Amino acid sequence: MNTVVAPETSLARVRSQVLDAAGIADHDLERALGALMRGTVDNADLYFQVSRQESWTLEDGIVKEGAHSIEQGVGVRAMAGEKTGFAYSDELLVPALLQASAAASAIVRQGQQGRVQAWEPRAGHRLYAPIDPLPTLTDDDKVALLQRIDSEVRALDPRVKQVVASLAAAHEVVLVCASDGAMAADVRPLVRFNISVIVEQGDKREQGYAGGGGRFGYEYFTPAQVLEYGREAVRQAVVNLDAVPAPSGEMVVVLGPGWPGVLLHEAIGHGLEGDFNRKGTSAFTGRIGERVASDLCTVVDDGTLPNRRGSLNVDDEGTPTRNTVLIENGILRGYLQDKMNARLMGTESTGNGRRQSFAHTPMPRMTNTYMLAGPHHPDEIIASVKKGVYARNFGGGQVDITSGKFVFSATEAYRIENGKLGAPIRDATLVGDGPTVLNRVSMVGNDLALDTGIGVCGKEGQSVPVGVGQPTLRIDGLTIGGTGGGDE
Amino acid sequence: MSTRTALSLQNGAATLQDKVNDVLRLAQQLGASQAEANANFGTGFSVNVRLREVETLSHQRDQGLSITVWLGHRKGSASTSDLRPDAIEESVRKACALARYGAEDPASGLADVDRLAKSIPELSLYHPWAIDPAAAIDLATTCEAAALDFDPRVTNSEGASVSTSESLRVYGNSHGFRGSYPESDHSISCSVVAAEDGAMETDYEYAVARAAADLPSPAEIGAEAGRRTVARLGGTKLETCTAPVLFPARVARGLIGHLLSAISGGALYRKSSFLVDALGKPVFASRVTIDEQPHLLKALASAPFDNEGVATSERRLVDAGVLGGYLLGSYYARKLGMQSTGNSGGAHNLVVHSTGETFADLLKTMHRGLVIADLMGSGVNPVTGDYSRGASGFWVENGQIQHPVTEITIAGNLKDMFLGIQGIGTDVDRRGAVLTGSILLEQMAIGGS
Repeated sequence: MNTVVAPETSLARVRSQVLDAAGIADHDLERALGALMRGTVDNADLYFQVSRQESWTLEDGIVKEGAHSIEQGVGVRAMAGEKTGFAYSDELLVPALLQASAAASAIVRQGQQGRVQAWEPRAGHRLYAPIDPLPTLTDDDKVALLQRIDSEVRALDPRVKQVVASLAAAHEVVLVCASDGAMAADVRPLVRFNISVIVEQGDKREQGYAGGGGRFGYEYFTPAQVLEYGREAVRQAVVNLDAVPAPSGEMVVVLGPGWPGVLLHEAIGHGLEGDFNRKGTSAFTGRIGERVASDLCTVVDDGTLPNRRGSLNVDDEGTPTRNTVLIENGILRGYLQDKMNARLMGTESTGNGRRQSFAHTPMPRMTNTYMLAGPHHPDEIIASVKKGVYARNFGGGQVDITSGKFVFSATEAYRIENGKLGAPIRDATLVGDGPTVLNRVSMVGNDLALDTGIGVCGKEGQSVPVGVGQPTLRIDGLTIGGTGGGDE
Repeated sequence: MSTRTALSLQNGAATLQDKVNDVLRLAQQLGASQAEANANFGTGFSVNVRLREVETLSHQRDQGLSITVWLGHRKGSASTSDLRPDAIEESVRKACALARYGAEDPASGLADVDRLAKSIPELSLYHPWAIDPAAAIDLATTCEAAALDFDPRVTNSEGASVSTSESLRVYGNSHGFRGSYPESDHSISCSVVAAEDGAMETDYEYAVARAAADLPSPAEIGAEAGRRTVARLGGTKLETCTAPVLFPARVARGLIGHLLSAISGGALYRKSSFLVDALGKPVFASRVTIDEQPHLLKALASAPFDNEGVATSERRLVDAGVLGGYLLGSYYARKLGMQSTGNSGGAHNLVVHSTGETFADLLKTMHRGLVIADLMGSGVNPVTGDYSRGASGFWVENGQIQHPVTEITIAGNLKDMFLGIQGIGTDVDRRGAVLTGSILLEQMAIGGS
């Protein structure tokens, strides 16, 4: 699936685009890294980034605004033991680079200059085309696409009162060179379409939302695809017009396939990031090899899925991404690592070193996190529940890594009564305990789906695009927070 | 160190003014009928000490320029972090090109001339901190030590951080408005882990101020982080029930934050707010009065003018429970047939009047119920006001805290919650755009076992 690119091609192209344009030569890189490699420094790296983004927003049936942004700079980092010195500059110029290097190296006591390894171009995957997605549609066509979906969505249902739709693309070019010899480049296209609608019926108003995208050009958003998002947004809003208050208390919960995989991201994924486990602050610390889920559960973090929003050819430290097994048949197998935490834990990076931009330091982060399919038909799973809740779609979630407690918020959910879907219920938060929740998974569907390409993960103030997924799951006990009272 | 950064900010002011002037001139040359530019420059550093050792030293230096142009009433925007002339020119051209694709929208344009700030009041927002990284590391070490030494059950740490930053913003538009002011922000924070019977809990404490002299001592902050964390050990689930809920000041800020989103122009115009058409109507209990005070000296959300150059001014937003105004920038103000309230970019210090009770008084009034320690998740529906979030906290009987509770949910509807406010404490938290004491709510649905 993952053919390997001749590293020189994209690397050479990126070097000329990023470095030559700024007048930065090889000996400048060596000087900057040399300035960083002092005393006890174990590793140092330079991260160059040039990105351009655009967005187009429609409201009231007209395209109100197009916006364009350019962001570029270099982040430099020196690591010694558990210490990190970091500085960045948004000027891509030799003096700024050297100044940042001097500032970052102040973390360690002065000493002998360390050695910088000869660079060895790292081969990354070729998971997406190294294109600039911005011009893959003419500006006229972008405007036309938004206008068309506005009128199509209003025609779907007369109760639609507001439509806000947006189209966005980013073209990010990164180049990493590190004292351990890693040198890698990546050209990362990313596009996204969002639509939100407000429907009104009598004095009731509800909102519905849908969207998608990935690492390709705008051609992905065919009229049929965009209409599909529009239909989904309207459907969700209309369902909620009839929603009744959600119950509260602990009950059987069935989670739908796809985006509800945000459960795994919160309950499991964050707690398995290497930094928290190296520091011993995660509820999963020291539990490799232990049972943390029922044997129906196998969960992976896979940065190598072609064209996915959470995928990367190489991570932000130049390490090729991988498919890492986190939980295998219920047993905890592995953590997600960046270089620094891997070094401190005596293991190797899993290609999960990510950063929001050059102005942020890398951390272990997820890519695409999902549970593999199981044996059960989704209808069979719902039919198995006498009384419970079926949650089909979610907003966001959050986790407290240390206590393991997590929440996620259902935006479309239904009562289950005697094996059948009942009335839709109002927005409700589900709360659980990460290290124990998957032990309560009693059925896993054969309908694995990944989300449509909308995930953004925030950690310590840094946002990165991610993916999630799962098949339909039955969980025998999660606490749901509605206003409709406990079930008797 | 501080003289050097202060100097670079001053130089920055002149440079940024020039860039803003360049943008506006170029936009005019390219045929823009109106234009505005926002330039910013910031510098600072942060240190983190973990388990009594330096963990990170991070220097920051940010600059950016954002540009909006109008061709008639068609709008285009661009921003760049590259401030070299070529990049600026490319951005202005791009904004103009984008405007050509925008639709004619009569509400779109600069703020009305008569609304622009005529003078720029000195709000005491800039107090550079003469500290170098070594001294900051010492403060962070002291702070973390106070947390680690607070109780033997504090066994681990996410560390203590000290950060300082200075920034400068220059705004100009083709009405001839030019405004600029420097700001500083300094903070100390600490987060530790406590363990007991194989379970771990974490919590944190932080302080943030315009002037370093206004920060509490690092040891106080550390001890509070330790106290908060240890207090959470041994939490149990609650039985599902309905009970009064007390939001301590730190959490109460978020509760009032939901008001801000609901009365912002965009949400009202799109009707994605549970407070559509609520102007002049009671939306809170009659004991609630809220002022907006944009010119509070040294306050974190003070600003002499908003993101469009519109003068900010003090006003009563909620008077004895009745909603007296919205948060509007020019665009949505025009859409709603109203005037800008100087809130392009957000609210400037919402001061919630206390009803005079201390936190202990509020506990007594509540008698039996839940005190929130922490809320999780985004379970608030802005359109309907439905509210459902994960929570941890403390159970109260006879006006006294009994034991910690965890893995529960609280649910209600913001309309009912606002109307059900029973009291607002004297313990005002000033660490953000909302300044409020603890808030006692009449009742919420609590989901547990």
